[in-house]
Amino acid sequence: MERADLQRLFDSKIEQEIRIEPKDWMPEAYRKTNLRQISQHAHSEIVGMLPEANWITRAPSLRRKVALLAKVQDEAGHGLYLYSAAETLGSSRDEMMDDLNSGKAKYSSIFNYPTLNWADIGAIGWLVDGAAITNQVALCRTSYGPYARAMVRICKEESFHQRQGYEIMMSMAFGTTEQKAMAQDALNRWWWPALMMFGPNDSDSVHSKQSLDWKIKRFSNDDLRQEFVDKSIPQVEYLGLTLPDPDLKWNEERGHYDFGPIDWDEFYRVVSGNGPCNKERLEARNNAHNNGAWVREAALAFAEKRQVNVA
Amino acid sequence: MNSKKWPLFEVFVRSKNGLSHKHVGSLHAADPNMALENARDVYCRRNEGVSIWVVPSNHITASDPGDAEELYEPAKDKIYRHPTFYTIPDEIGHM
Amino acid sequence: MSPNQSFDLCLRMGDNALILGQRLSEWCGHGPILEQDIALTNISLDLMGQARLWLSLAGQVEGQGRDEDRLAFFRDASEFRHLNLCEQPNGHWGTTILRQFLFDAFHLTLLEQLCKVEDEQISGIALKSVKEVRYHLRWSSEWVIRLGDGTPESHLKMEEALRDVWPYAGEALQPNSLDEQLEMHAAPYNLNQVSELWWSTVQNVFSQANLEAPARTWAPQKGREGIHTERLGFILAEMQFLPRAYPDAQW
Repeated sequence: MERADLQRLFDSKIEQEIRIEPKDWMPEAYRKTNLRQISQHAHSEIVGMLPEANWITRAPSLRRKVALLAKVQDEAGHGLYLYSAAETLGSSRDEMMDDLNSGKAKYSSIFNYPTLNWADIGAIGWLVDGAAITNQVALCRTSYGPYARAMVRICKEESFHQRQGYEIMMSMAFGTTEQKAMAQDALNRWWWPALMMFGPNDSDSVHSKQSLDWKIKRFSNDDLRQEFVDKSIPQVEYLGLTLPDPDLKWNEERGHYDFGPIDWDEFYRVVSGNGPCNKERLEARNNAHNNGAWVREAALAFAEKRQVNVA
Repeated sequence: MNSKKWPLFEVFVRSKNGLSHKHVGSLHAADPNMALENARDVYCRRNEGVSIWVVPSNHITASDPGDAEELYEPAKDKIYRHPTFYTIPDEIGHM
Repeated sequence: MSPNQSFDLCLRMGDNALILGQRLSEWCGHGPILEQDIALTNISLDLMGQARLWLSLAGQVEGQGRDEDRLAFFRDASEFRHLNLCEQPNGHWGTTILRQFLFDAFHLTLLEQLCKVEDEQISGIALKSVKEVRYHLRWSSEWVIRLGDGTPESHLKMEEALRDVWPYAGEALQPNSLDEQLEMHAAPYNLNQVSELWWSTVQNVFSQANLEAPARTWAPQKGREGIHTERLGFILAEMQFLPRAYPDAQW
């Protein structure tokens, strides 16, 4: 087929909501954009394991401990499904890991914040997973097949994550004075970073328009952020906690909540490597990778030996 | 940085008896046995499978979407392969 | 089985699973490859699940209102009844694997016996656990072999692991007074049989791994009697901090 025909075929698939599959022809920029977005998403999942894994050994009940362990394990699995989807676009797990470990690849900036008390685990499940879900449900209809299928799988597993988080917030907010203080403290620290998860305002977002045209992204950053805010306010009120936003108020005319300005300086600072825990997160990933090199080599060497013997 | 890599395996899971194996994704393992165990750990944590197949990804031969015309188009004309082509009287019941 | 014997047995089984599960959970996010991170976490989850069952039953049998959390978070070191093997540090991947294998080889055989005891509450937990532990033993055996017979570097690391972990391997197999009572009142419980099967499993796997089992003699360890190593204090300080700092809190 001629290049022009291929482009037309591709465009019509996008328009008709027919999924693009791994061996289909696609514009190089489409392939690159998907690869960047999917691998970033995968990196976010596995770096995201770290702030929560911090508290596994300190979980305050056995039930909470197993729920947290299962949740963090799910995140590893999600990372894996996404790396798997990204590999169909011409990259490899090793290449992607190297990009992450060297600092070249980005991951969601939210995971560069520290988990300081047990209520942070509740706040993360409720707000961070909550924000992720808002984003992810939309992605189940993304145009690239393997990415959409990975998202469907992820969404199925994600709902327990948010419920687990909110349940922790409830025990804390309705608990002792100290617990309630921990809950409020966690909310104060996680609210704004959670809003930043949706990315820059649409007007400032470099990749947004093309991603929307190609249906890689289904809704704009600002739309999703607004949806998240509107959903969360009643949940905050139910807990009897307050949001660290004096400008928050219901706007009858718009039918949405108005909220205060986001500190984009903080966002860019954290995204570019200067957040509270960027260094520690990368260090942890590099250590795991480097300390595990002898293990990976041994497993391969063993497999090769056995193959030779069998043949 | 070791240049040797753990190969990629595609994973197929039969979620219950009576159904076919379905492709669920891929993972890396050093050998087929490890791949099978990893597949169980990654894709069947919620009791989602009775049978797992793993295949090294480079053992899969895939058709080229560009060949779609020769491979698939002719079949679309042969509508008599579809049950809806035939009219069965209602008295016969479900067929 | 008397309630006392049942209580002690449940504590032993539960504490083994809890402390070892806790150690394994330290690996979460730090494994050598994503797939193995998930695999090891599964084993940790299985063990924690078993710990909850054993500790709940212990509390029930004791009849003083202590539940799984009360037992896990409010006992001090000397009241824990696990094997000192379980509290040893993770070290590198090979140390963790070897510790796991030596424990699994014992754990599976013991559970198989407990599946057949008359006490249905105990056999019930054993029946549920044995399926999981069968997989644990398969997984850890394969890794011992893979690392023992992998590269020269991995072989050296396994020998290093062996030196660190072997001194704690024998406690499980040395009968104390509880074992003697259980042998009398809880057939087919028999530690000698467990010991023989354990030794043959270890020799079989070690020979495939090009590893040599050190001598089958050990200096006494008394973890089952509450005399642990210096490691336990730190594990408990981390694990028990929150409930102890806020004793009135519900979580």
